[in-house]
Amino acid sequence: MTESDELFGERRAVLSGIGQSDIGRRLYRDPLELTVDACLGAIADAGLNPTDIDGISTYPGGMENPAGFSGAGVTDVQEALRLNLSWYAGGLELPGQLGAVINAILAVSAGLARHVLCFRTVFEGSAQGTKGRAAVMPGGDSRSGGFRATGFMEWLLPFSAPSAAVWIAMFANRHFHEYGTTREQLAQIALNARRNATVNPKAIYRDPMTMDDYLSARMISSPLCLFDCDVPCDGGTAMIVSRRDTVADLRKPPIEVEAVGTAFHGRPAWDQYYDLATMACQDAGTQLWERTDLRPSDVQLAEMYDGFSFITMCWLEAMQFCGKGESGPFVEGGQRIAREGELPLNTHGGQLSAGRLHGFGFLHEACLQLWGEGGERQVPGDPEIGVACAGGGPLAGALLLTRGR
Amino acid sequence: MRFDLPAPDPETEPFWDAARDGRLLIKRCADCGAAHFYPRPFCPACWSTAVDWEEASGQAALYTWSVVHENDLPPFGERVPYVAAVVDLAEGPRMMTNVVDCDADALTVGMALRVAYRELDESTTVPVFVPA
Ligand SMILES: [Zn+2]
Repeated sequence: MTESDELFGERRAVLSGIGQSDIGRRLYRDPLELTVDACLGAIADAGLNPTDIDGISTYPGGMENPAGFSGAGVTDVQEALRLNLSWYAGGLELPGQLGAVINAILAVSAGLARHVLCFRTVFEGSAQGTKGRAAVMPGGDSRSGGFRATGFMEWLLPFSAPSAAVWIAMFANRHFHEYGTTREQLAQIALNARRNATVNPKAIYRDPMTMDDYLSARMISSPLCLFDCDVPCDGGTAMIVSRRDTVADLRKPPIEVEAVGTAFHGRPAWDQYYDLATMACQDAGTQLWERTDLRPSDVQLAEMYDGFSFITMCWLEAMQFCGKGESGPFVEGGQRIAREGELPLNTHGGQLSAGRLHGFGFLHEACLQLWGEGGERQVPGDPEIGVACAGGGPLAGALLLTRGR
Repeated sequence: MRFDLPAPDPETEPFWDAARDGRLLIKRCADCGAAHFYPRPFCPACWSTAVDWEEASGQAALYTWSVVHENDLPPFGERVPYVAAVVDLAEGPRMMTNVVDCDADALTVGMALRVAYRELDESTTVPVFVPA
């Protein structure tokens, strides 16, 4: 172990296996079953048995509301697989959804566990049914029988700003104003995702989409149209984080964790950050590049959160693939971010087209690509360095991954 | 079921009481002079507890906005299209609000706004903004 590996504990961890359940718009299946499918898949992919697993980490942990947001918590999986655990954690006050994986990385680095099973399951598609997001109530005080907004929502809901679509739309509009970003540029995130989804057999939306389709879609919250919003779905995703000194037990060459980013400086409220043309991602990105000698130009693929297309634009800037405010020109025309381009982006179709697996889908895809298992959508050139980033607004966590270096 | 009404607690009740009377309140620290929002029982700049409500001037600048065309949650779907906005108050704090009585095409970042009031029901009035 080198001196810098001692300093940056994440390098004592590797990703050793990935798994994914069936994915569907509405599967109407037991979410624990989806979770177990993904978990057993990841364990087998790593060349391990369930008895080898001594840790669990998940986001957001078991919770009933909003319906469909959490398909299983720590104890559900611990019980289902009858695991003996040395360490475990589940929760949502983390650096984004992938903060749960970073927790696992820190746990193996600290010697608390050898092989941590990380998972995230959603069934928002089934839970919302045909009623859309209205079927999913935000948290609040209902003691009086009716709903009453509490906490930070007391300063948002009475002002008719009820959802991330509205908040992120306002961020995008600020970016448009400050940097001259256009809808045609933003469209490239959605069009690129759809191009990639057409060759992902598990993607929700696989029909080709044109710029005309995008520009004529109905507006949801300006400047975001329907195709700027991700698609709720059902599915479970899992990965195994292992201690680097277990490599001999593993089936595949492990994917190394070169650096992580978890920082967030500034007010953690959707309307109160000082610069709403970005948010927590810029702090996580800055920190990540302070923890490695690799540079953004070394990265061969980027899997970055697109709960709304604009969030990916923020991540492109936060991860310094382009300058602040330059994500519009960076994605212009779409060639640069295509699978054959200089920075292949969201190669599975992102959450916009492949389904809202809520953060974990990006890390799953980064590992798949680095292992060369992308099939028809494999990034050419045997990529060895990639990033996975998740979260929007006040949520952000990033990982820089390498294979076979 | 409606999702637009607040649950005032002892700390936030003065804000909502004042809004019903047509006044916009923020909090200011007597020790360091900083104004803040959301309201807290202490100063987020120096942690002094010598904070008190003051009536804001009602002057603000538009920071950003979105025209909301579709929302599933009641009652917002009945209000579309409307303008959700983040404004910077003249006193410094930033707040989420709405811009009303203004053509969305006429909105520009930085435009001067002044406070107005909209009744949600008999118990709740929200400060909104109109062009100054
Ligand atoms: Zn103070």
